[in-house]
Amino acid sequence: MSQTFYKKGFLALAVATALGVSSYVQADVKIGVAGPMTGANAAFGEQYMKGAQAAADKINAAGGVNGEKIVLVKGDDACEPKQAVAVANRLVDQDKVIGVVGHFCSSNTIPASEVYDEAGVIAITPGSTNPQVTERGLSAMFRMCGRDDQQGIVAGNYIVDVLKGKKVVVLHDKDTYGQGLADATKAQLEKRGVKPVLYEGLTRGEKDFSAVVTKIRAAGADVVYFGGLHPEAGPLVRQLREQGLKDVAFMSDDGIVTDELVSTAGGAQYTNGVYMTFGADPRLLPESKAVVEEFRKNGTEPEGYTLYAYASLEALAAGFNGAKSNKGEDAAKWLKANPVKTVMGEKKWDAKGDLTVSDYVVYQWDANGKYHQLDKQK
Amino acid sequence: MDGIFLQQLVNGLTLGSVYGLIAIGYTMVYGIIGMINFAHGEVYMISAYLAAISLALLAYFGVESFPLLMLGTLLFTVVVTGVYGFTIERIAYKPLRNSTRLAPLISAIGISLILQNYAQISQGARQQGVPTLLEGAMRVEVGSGFVQLTYTKIFILIAAFAGMALLTYVIKYTKLGRMCRATQQDRKMASILGINTDRVISYVFVIGAVMAALAGVLITMNYGTFDFYAGFIIGIKAFTAAVLGGIGSLPGAMLGGIILGISESLFAGTINSDYKDVFSFSLLVIILIFRPQGLLGRPLVAKV
Repeated sequence: MSQTFYKKGFLALAVATALGVSSYVQADVKIGVAGPMTGANAAFGEQYMKGAQAAADKINAAGGVNGEKIVLVKGDDACEPKQAVAVANRLVDQDKVIGVVGHFCSSNTIPASEVYDEAGVIAITPGSTNPQVTERGLSAMFRMCGRDDQQGIVAGNYIVDVLKGKKVVVLHDKDTYGQGLADATKAQLEKRGVKPVLYEGLTRGEKDFSAVVTKIRAAGADVVYFGGLHPEAGPLVRQLREQGLKDVAFMSDDGIVTDELVSTAGGAQYTNGVYMTFGADPRLLPESKAVVEEFRKNGTEPEGYTLYAYASLEALAAGFNGAKSNKGEDAAKWLKANPVKTVMGEKKWDAKGDLTVSDYVVYQWDANGKYHQLDKQK
Repeated sequence: MDGIFLQQLVNGLTLGSVYGLIAIGYTMVYGIIGMINFAHGEVYMISAYLAAISLALLAYFGVESFPLLMLGTLLFTVVVTGVYGFTIERIAYKPLRNSTRLAPLISAIGISLILQNYAQISQGARQQGVPTLLEGAMRVEVGSGFVQLTYTKIFILIAAFAGMALLTYVIKYTKLGRMCRATQQDRKMASILGINTDRVISYVFVIGAVMAALAGVLITMNYGTFDFYAGFIIGIKAFTAAVLGGIGSLPGAMLGGIILGISESLFAGTINSDYKDVFSFSLLVIILIFRPQGLLGRPLVAKV
């Protein structure tokens, strides 16, 4: 038990005695939830908060972390690397969190994780898939999702095997996550003997991609792969269709897993048929059934990263409880040695903090603006 | 390849005409009070929200025909954005009229932040989407290829050029236009001759906002998505267009917008989209080296 906790507990006890309260007094531990709570990608931050809050309620009801209740602290990085570092510093210095669920954009998770590492705070990202997140030798950086090199392999194989792409265009948004993923997909395509006919970057925040779309048309592409997020993917797919490229397959990644893809594309008629890679839908797992029903009863659909964030907080709590310590290093050591039962099934981590098993599968959007896991994966 | 080249030209022209509309706001304000209105991009952003709100309202009341929807939305957006433009000038710039030139610049940045946060708090941080209003496209066969023009794009081109033509008419041939030009040439002299220059400056802000509102409606229709930060990139681009064409010059802003749009589109389309902004800004630098006043701007005469 940490010294500060001891002091706090003692103080609380003293106050309680002084006030003549004999009931059991619980102190709190703070855990940060960091991600884009505002900005173009706020939908994902919302999913994070929803998932983490539900998990915190459940863990608190079951006794909390080493006898203390979890209090969540929201950190908004707006998917801006500079802000992510500021948020990380605030969480560590001011809020004194013992662990962090976050961040979302890989370009944010990477610099923020350096701050957590220096402070000895453990972090689990539910959604950052860039390989560099766990490739820098940080001892307490984990992820609840797969890696882009794994995701890119699944995407590349699907394009070659199922979509039978001959002329493939690979686009990205010039961000750590999007470009990393596009590179991984491109590498896999080349390994399978398909050299992309076009490989280019878009600018995040822009809405006009008509020049690139015309170029795709000129290249006679049959498959377009986009590594990036929905604020760009939506207009891109719409403009593809508007320029008459109706039969070109459009595939993207786990950065478009939100209903907002449909609204940014201007309607489900444009997103109909869009493919994307994402972890096997955790809502379909037997382990998540009760939790999913709980969410639906409260009127929210645990889509996208909601259950990932839920599971991340469960893993953090399990780490602290397993190590019987609120220190990041101890929890990290414990998590690397022991599997954890989460809402997404049993998860195990390797020495780098990556999941030992990745479960990327291909989804498709339908005419009603919903996505489904495809039966035919290979 | 003809079809492809023409298509890129059309892409650039639509993009550029919208840049031009927003650039008008920058250039007119600069022309009349020598200040860069950095909040102008945010005025455009507000107008995008207003357009979406108006569309939703009209749809709620059962208006379904496209011309009616468009007319109603344009009217609502233009009027309310005009009020925004007027109010911003009153609150942030007018009290600073006789202070140093830097002061209104700073308050412009302040207004820009206020508007961004205002939209974020009142409308939420999420991406907003507008369903497609005008579906379908026209296909023109050109040689071996074709040019695909969505009806929305045709509408944008017509509306943008109509807006610019109307404004040119107003500035050139009406009393209001004469007052604007007089104030731009010499504010003190104009006021001595009985022109209420403060009011003219207000009008100029309203005109700029109205043009931004037109752009807001058109862009919202075409791309269907925006957020509270949407004014930033497009504001920078429009400002670049204004400088390129010669800041202070009305036809310059339109020309600058179109040149910027087409050069972006052609560069992205024929060479590489990663570096299209690098190309546009290099173009700007080169033009400014040889013509510091911009393409159609008048050389700066030191004011005594």
